[in-house]
Amino acid sequence: MMKCKKNIIIIVMISILVFSLGFGANAKAFRVAVIMPSSISDLAFSQSMYDALLTIQEEMGKEEFQFVYSDNMFVVADAAAAIRDYASEGYDLVIAHGSQYGSSLVEIAPDFPNTSFAWGTSVNTFSDQGITNIFAYEARSEEGGYVSGVLAAKLSQTGTIGVIGPIETGDAKLYVDGFKAGVLATKPDAQVNVNWIGSFSDVALASEAAQTHINVGADVLTGTAQMVVGAIGVARQRGVLWFGTQADQTSLAPEIVVANQVYDWTVALKPMIQLVREGTMGGIIYVLTLANGGLKIVVNQEALVGKTIRDIIEGKIDIEL
Amino acid sequence: MKYKNVREILMNFIPIAAFFLALLIGAIMIAILGISPLIAYQALLKGAFGSMNAIADTVVKATPLLFVGLGICIAFRAGVLNIGGEGQLVAGALSATVVCLNFPNLPGWILIIIALFVGFLCGAIWAGIAGFLKAYFNVNEILSTIMLNYIAAYGMNYLLSGPIMDPLQIKLGSFIPQTARLTQAVDLPRLIPTRLHFGTIVAVVFAILVYIFLWRTTIGFRIRMIGQNIQASRASGINVQKYMVLAFILSGALVGLGGAIEVLGVHHRIFTDGSVSGFTGSAGFNGIVAALFGQLHPIGTIPASLLLGALLTGANKMQRVVQVPSALIGALNGLIVLFVVGSEYLRRHQTRRVERTMKIENKNKKENK
Amino acid sequence: MEAIIIGIAKSAIRLATPYLYASIGETIGQLSGVLNLGVDGVMLMGAFSAFYTVLKTGNLILGLLVAIVVGAIFGLLIAFINVTLKAEQGISGIGVYIFGLGLSSLLFRTMVGTVQAVSGFPLLFIPLLSNIPIVGEIFFQQNILVYGAFALVPISWFILNKTPLGLSIRAVGQHPEAADSLGVNIVRIRYLTVIFGGMLSGVAGASLSIALLNVFQQNLTNGMGFIAVALVYFGAWRPLSVLSGALLFSTVNAIQIWIQVKGINIPSDFTLMLPYIVTIVVLAAMAKRYVRPPKALNKPFERGE
Repeated sequence: MMKCKKNIIIIVMISILVFSLGFGANAKAFRVAVIMPSSISDLAFSQSMYDALLTIQEEMGKEEFQFVYSDNMFVVADAAAAIRDYASEGYDLVIAHGSQYGSSLVEIAPDFPNTSFAWGTSVNTFSDQGITNIFAYEARSEEGGYVSGVLAAKLSQTGTIGVIGPIETGDAKLYVDGFKAGVLATKPDAQVNVNWIGSFSDVALASEAAQTHINVGADVLTGTAQMVVGAIGVARQRGVLWFGTQADQTSLAPEIVVANQVYDWTVALKPMIQLVREGTMGGIIYVLTLANGGLKIVVNQEALVGKTIRDIIEGKIDIEL
Repeated sequence: MKYKNVREILMNFIPIAAFFLALLIGAIMIAILGISPLIAYQALLKGAFGSMNAIADTVVKATPLLFVGLGICIAFRAGVLNIGGEGQLVAGALSATVVCLNFPNLPGWILIIIALFVGFLCGAIWAGIAGFLKAYFNVNEILSTIMLNYIAAYGMNYLLSGPIMDPLQIKLGSFIPQTARLTQAVDLPRLIPTRLHFGTIVAVVFAILVYIFLWRTTIGFRIRMIGQNIQASRASGINVQKYMVLAFILSGALVGLGGAIEVLGVHHRIFTDGSVSGFTGSAGFNGIVAALFGQLHPIGTIPASLLLGALLTGANKMQRVVQVPSALIGALNGLIVLFVVGSEYLRRHQTRRVERTMKIENKNKKENK
Repeated sequence: MEAIIIGIAKSAIRLATPYLYASIGETIGQLSGVLNLGVDGVMLMGAFSAFYTVLKTGNLILGLLVAIVVGAIFGLLIAFINVTLKAEQGISGIGVYIFGLGLSSLLFRTMVGTVQAVSGFPLLFIPLLSNIPIVGEIFFQQNILVYGAFALVPISWFILNKTPLGLSIRAVGQHPEAADSLGVNIVRIRYLTVIFGGMLSGVAGASLSIALLNVFQQNLTNGMGFIAVALVYFGAWRPLSVLSGALLFSTVNAIQIWIQVKGINIPSDFTLMLPYIVTIVVLAAMAKRYVRPPKALNKPFERGE
């Protein structure tokens, strides 16, 4: 009897040892640090990256994947210090989520050959300067813009469509150009009015821009960047349709937000993380497109047909057969 | 008497006590968020002074604050408040960049000197517009400088979106609002292999120059007199208007120089996000705080900007380590300013009270003799 | 043509509303001798408190009241620092701004987290008046809080010019020693005006978050508070002139938006500059008579000095 108990104890102890060794082997989580120019709750550019990282963490589990972030880093010098600091703290992948961070990355990346860096939106991995540990990523936001433009042209009854943008640069410009192209391809005589309000954060100005667009006849609006929340509010108030981008803006005005181009950065991040684990630190450009699922068009049924459905149910519509 | 001396010494510590009181309240806020204040503040110290890179970052952050602070010193001594720092920084930075972009063939050091001088000049001009408007059209300088801040920002947006946009951006199709990276020839030399650059030395030199100007020249003396007693200055025949405008212009010049140095020493290009502080990072406002912490004395502004630079740099590190929301840093920054500002005058007020009491005592002594 | 004018005018009036609230509040404070550059920070705190209250309770009046109380608390803080502690007013104002911006963003992040819309104060069509062609649509089909801002102008004019309180306020700002010797409680008057100014800044913020924009975001005001302070100087400390300044600035803003929307070929950055340039130019053109600020502005009061 004593010998049996002793054996059991030994077996149990060895099992515990083996298990802990096993856990020890997996304990090296993949650590990511991300730097963003605006708030993670901006319902636009920064939030899309934050949401993507959360998704990956949910899929991989908190033991396997950890990430930290520094948002509101609109001062590039501070962002540079953050990038450098995270790199020196041994993070596996440091994401500089803002096109203004590129020049800082070029200086920092060579100092940390064992750290992988990624930045966007951009297509420059600086490999022509001999740098091998920078990934670049971009979104072909003009594709979703085009789709929204086509739908907008079909839905517009007045033929006038308004666009509200921050500054004519980068991602915003791509989206707006694509949207315009989509509208004009569908309805060549449509009037697309674009205005750039000169900032990413002037909500009041965006709101008044929306009012003005509607005053000159627009019955469909779109816009990009975080200040459009003001425009969406006006659209809702005046019963004008809205097309969103960078995030799903339906929650702000479910009655009128027709469709949103949503960025799914995991399409870029997942292969990136895989490559880094295998030892490739950079040099690849990732592009989010409709084809690879990085860009998704999320249509809001409520805005499109919700009222019609309700009217039928409530008997307000008499369908003549 | 001894007691009163000790009291005087203690009173100089009031602003420091206020500083720590603000940090204490910050600690409470951090604790409410579920983070250990001890770890947080440890990270803050480490971020400000914990390594060569950290110290370099602190000093680099402090440098534009020093330039702006010096400008504020001069203006304040004449009794004017210059809140156009953001616009003047942009004016200086833009002009220096344009110079460097357009004369790439000149030898580096000549171009640096010209660019810095142009930055100095354009900052002076930008402030000068406000001064001119005040002197000849009675336009209040607080209004004009606020407006000019925005005008400068939009002007910069315009230039960066087209005329001086990085050709590489246009080629790549990404259209980021920034200029090309300036040639390495106009990089300010690094002092040690970190981000620390020569501009800091320039700043300290100018601090000394400003001190000499304010305390050892006639013009400086008059400027200070206007700030202390405007009636007496007028009575003694000083053209108050002229000297106030001059102080304003000099103020802008120093700020503009600071902007130019930020370009040549730190960023090597100009960029923006469209907002007023897109390039400056609110250095125009933080510099005002630095000037106050330095008792509006040019030499005092040196440690003051260093302290503020350390605070800002360390706070960023704190955010990274304990993942506290970045907004907390702003709130903490504001709290510190409020507490120190609140304690400042109190300290001076108490000092004057002590002086008055001492005067009465001396008078009594004399009478008793 | 008619529609264009109506559209621009309505825009201008909406845009002017937050400026009016904040500017009038700052005017009263400055008339009593206290400079507050932190208006933007108080506006943000007012905007957030109103937004959060409406988000959680749906009660608009309560939201407005909370904004007023929060504004008053900040006013109290500012008064304490500037009047009792006799701090350097220009700089303490900047501290208030930085603090208000940071605190409102922090509270938004931790208590709300993501951008959401609320149902704010609705439009109020004034019976009869709103039916007048053109004028009716421009002036009498606006949001409730818009009417409040414009009503504030004659009210403040009346208080400042036709009541003993107004006289005391102005006296405290011009000749505090004389007022003091006549028994006016300088400290009490200044506390009153600054707290009232804070309340109005709070309402200005609320007008954005629960009336005009119906949303809150970090840095919602985007520097509006500073423009509001600038407009005080434009208005030479007179409510009616402050109104014209706010309307001038906002009208040019509304026009430049319209110019851009219409696609008129002027670079957007230049049209964006217009409101600021025009404000300076108009003020310069107007300043024929020398305008004196309140003599005691930005000077803490000490008896016997």
